[in-house]
Amino acid sequence: MKVKLLFAVILLLLLSSLSFAQDDSAEIDTSAVVEELVLPAPPGNLSGVDKPNDHGHSIDLSWELSPDDGGGLNTVLQYDIYHWVPNLMLELNLVRDSISVIQKIIRKTTNGIIEGSQADSMKKVFEKLSRSELFDVRNSLTEYVKKGNKGLAEACKSYPEGGAWLFLDKKPSGTSTFDHIGSKEFKSSGFVPDFANLYYRVDAVTADGAKASSNILGPIQSSGQWYNTFRTPVVFSVLLFTLLTVFFVQKARKGADLYVRPLGGIEAVDDAIGRATEMGRPILYVLGLGSAADIATIASFTILGRVAKKVAEYQTELLVPTYDPIVMTVAQEVVKSAYLDAGRPDAYKEDTVHFVTQSQFAYVAAVNGIMLRELPATNIYMGKFFAESLILAETGALAGSIQISGTDEIAQIPFFIVACDYTLIGEELYAASAYLGKEPVLLGSLKAQDYAKAAIIVLAVIGVILAQFDFGTEFVNLFEVVN
Amino acid sequence: MEFSDFLWMTCGIFLTLATFSFLYKDNPFYKFAEHLVVGVSAGFTIIVLWHGTLVPNLFQKLEDGNWFMLWLNSSEWWYVVPAVLGLLMWTRFSKKYSWVSRWPMGLYIGISTGIAIPLEMSNRVNKQLYAMMVEIDWANFFGGNILSTTSGFAQLLIFLGTIAGLVYFFFSKEHKGVFGGVATFGIWILMIGFGASFGYTVMARVSLFINRMQDTKAWGVEAFNASDVANPHYSSMYPIVFYLLVAFVVGYIIKEIMDHLKRKNA
Repeated sequence: MKVKLLFAVILLLLLSSLSFAQDDSAEIDTSAVVEELVLPAPPGNLSGVDKPNDHGHSIDLSWELSPDDGGGLNTVLQYDIYHWVPNLMLELNLVRDSISVIQKIIRKTTNGIIEGSQADSMKKVFEKLSRSELFDVRNSLTEYVKKGNKGLAEACKSYPEGGAWLFLDKKPSGTSTFDHIGSKEFKSSGFVPDFANLYYRVDAVTADGAKASSNILGPIQSSGQWYNTFRTPVVFSVLLFTLLTVFFVQKARKGADLYVRPLGGIEAVDDAIGRATEMGRPILYVLGLGSAADIATIASFTILGRVAKKVAEYQTELLVPTYDPIVMTVAQEVVKSAYLDAGRPDAYKEDTVHFVTQSQFAYVAAVNGIMLRELPATNIYMGKFFAESLILAETGALAGSIQISGTDEIAQIPFFIVACDYTLIGEELYAASAYLGKEPVLLGSLKAQDYAKAAIIVLAVIGVILAQFDFGTEFVNLFEVVN
Repeated sequence: MEFSDFLWMTCGIFLTLATFSFLYKDNPFYKFAEHLVVGVSAGFTIIVLWHGTLVPNLFQKLEDGNWFMLWLNSSEWWYVVPAVLGLLMWTRFSKKYSWVSRWPMGLYIGISTGIAIPLEMSNRVNKQLYAMMVEIDWANFFGGNILSTTSGFAQLLIFLGTIAGLVYFFFSKEHKGVFGGVATFGIWILMIGFGASFGYTVMARVSLFINRMQDTKAWGVEAFNASDVANPHYSSMYPIVFYLLVAFVVGYIIKEIMDHLKRKNA
């Protein structure tokens, strides 16, 4: 009861300050034109559309430049864009501001509040409350905003009564478009309700501050679209690739012999494991800096499984220092399964795969230390690598290890090529996992990739030929993806 | 520069020298620098994760709930779900229930893959394909300069190089005959690109080295108050610290030479 009373009092205080806020705010403009100054010609034909292919809450505006912009009196400095909002929206914005102040008090981050500002006066009211009262008031105000937003569409119908023009943004002279990208978060002061009547106005402004308003645009409504037509080429590409993958996976499952050309780097893995066994030294496997969701890391897990199985069979030591905790847990599962498959679950040690740190160069320093102290016979780098690639590969070369690498990070491939004995370039890493695994799913997807590449080559050749002629533009545009 | 700042600068110089000493061989100073950076970074990561991830994305969301209600009475109670998924990862410490940790991992990998596939297809396939389909500028085939990227020649070379590069990454067919020739052209194009990338990055690394050398020079200047603007905090402690570090380094070098000679004589 006490909290409800408190909430009602605070709300009353906030709403009573509304008129003060309107007068005080320089952003709210109620006069369409400034008199006693030489007015510029107004911008013409203001029009707008709901922004296509978005989640809603946005309107694209366009207008014709003022005749005094770049011509005529040439006095237009900028265009001010306004939108009309009902009083309810202004009230809700005040409540939103107060929620923000309460959050700051709860989290003790009120340092940024300027003394004497509106936020400061809110702070003075709220900081008298206890922590639990602050939570209750915050939740009640949030609920109030949530309910209030539902009434915005109705309130917008009252135009032009019961509201005010709110300044949105300014654009330099020569600009004739503006995208009003509103927030979809009801807690945000930039919230723009969908399916509500929205009104806009653009003012041409001179250096003297003289303004001339365009026609009023409205009512116009924003709404979200379930399907983004700009991404249609992506849908078709994904569907085509999925169909190819399903087809070849089924084919592989039926026992079809799917040829994969030999890859030098992968052929060398078995020899490298044999070398480590003969020398009685460990094998170092580095999964890189990628997360468990990176395709290169996923491919690397398959190769790690194969290496771990061989290592278990030959009873050689395996070291897998990891950078990412989730990669570590997945790698542990992979290695454990490989030891089980090799019939040596007893030989598996928990610390074979261990976490080092999630700092790039600290990880490199630690792996370099392992290379020099443990002197592994073979270093295998497979996964996602960044600036550390050359440091790792150079240290491995200094330590006299055989080195096999593979990454899809184009910028790092040169370093591996110069410092390693074998390198899997880009997609060869994915192919290697299929080549080693011989699993129908991997082989099938590799085949699908090959056919997708063939399709890309054919389409590219046709596209380039057609692009040389005017009639080919339509074909080329079929492949355009707009963000 | 105050003396405390100068000491921190000296630490930086010492750690730089300790790291560069790796070029000679693995040694106690490199080990010290290595363990320091690993330890500090691990601690730093934990703090960053705590304040940058857990506090704003979990604790602050559930702050109005009560622990005895398992925070289910908070206004944003649904944040309890990812928290529970995170906690499930801890089951890895139990041999009996470690399989439970696969649930959050599966969810994580599934969501990430779902996000990645359309993005990869859009950015790496569709946009590249569209960018390749350009009208070759035949009128300006060699341009003002053969290396000009706007010339028709460059456009054609990029197109042919891309096609040949794709052929190289074709795994279903052996690289023989005409197909092998195109693939070889593709790998040549790739190698030229890698060479350019290598040189570019090496230059960036050299600039990092120059930066460390400039810092070392600045340290020497500070130690002897030799800069244009005199240090008001300067005292005799500055050169003492300088000489101590130099003596330390020289002492280690002499020890290494002595050890080397001993090993040689033995």
